[in-house]
Amino acid sequence: MADIVIDAKGLACPMPIVKAKKGIDSIQTGQTMELHTTDKGSMNDFKAWVNQTKNELVEAREENGVFKFIVKKV
Amino acid sequence: MTEKEKSTIVLFSGELDKAIAAFIIANGAAAYDHEVTIFFTFWGLNTLRKEHPVSLKKGFLEKMFGKIMPRGVDKLGLSKMNFAGMGPKMIKHVMKKHNALTLPQLIELAQEQGVKLVACTMTMDLLGLQKEELLDGIEYAGVAAYLGDAADAKVNLFI
Repeated sequence: MADIVIDAKGLACPMPIVKAKKGIDSIQTGQTMELHTTDKGSMNDFKAWVNQTKNELVEAREENGVFKFIVKKV
Repeated sequence: MTEKEKSTIVLFSGELDKAIAAFIIANGAAAYDHEVTIFFTFWGLNTLRKEHPVSLKKGFLEKMFGKIMPRGVDKLGLSKMNFAGMGPKMIKHVMKKHNALTLPQLIELAQEQGVKLVACTMTMDLLGLQKEELLDGIEYAGVAAYLGDAADAKVNLFI
């Protein structure tokens, strides 16, 4: 279970990534954040964002049109 | 703690679509934890104008400019398919349908995320715009301050 769950479903660019930034800022190093989005660009967006912000993408999957990501703060 | 990366954007244009693009990129860069500066010059300054007229002492030409140029984000036209003002209405409608943030919301979000909004003072003088008619919480500077930020930035855009 992630330490924080962010629901960004239905939100358009750039809100999911802005919410992710706020989420990651609110947790401690080593904790995880789970994020749900429906924006079609999310998969590429989050891979790039996690990579650039030097965090760790634990899981990225799509379920019935909902993208689910688990990010570990490094 | 490593120094934050920087991104800078020059918003030269005064159209709604270009301003939206600039603010989406700025908010995205802020979410990347970059220090972001948007430098507003020429027509881009109209994005920062307050909606309500502010009575100020101005010369004839400055008054004319003030009347002709769009006062604030809700008056901006589109760079394509403006259709005498119908275009912006249609864009705002589809943006709402797709749950996209409006330009005023994007500006508010940018300020909340610490994006530095800088008005170019030289072009303010040319267009007769004064601090009192621009949004609160912005900075005022010239080309040197912009270049100071841009020189360290990996992303520099001119819109």
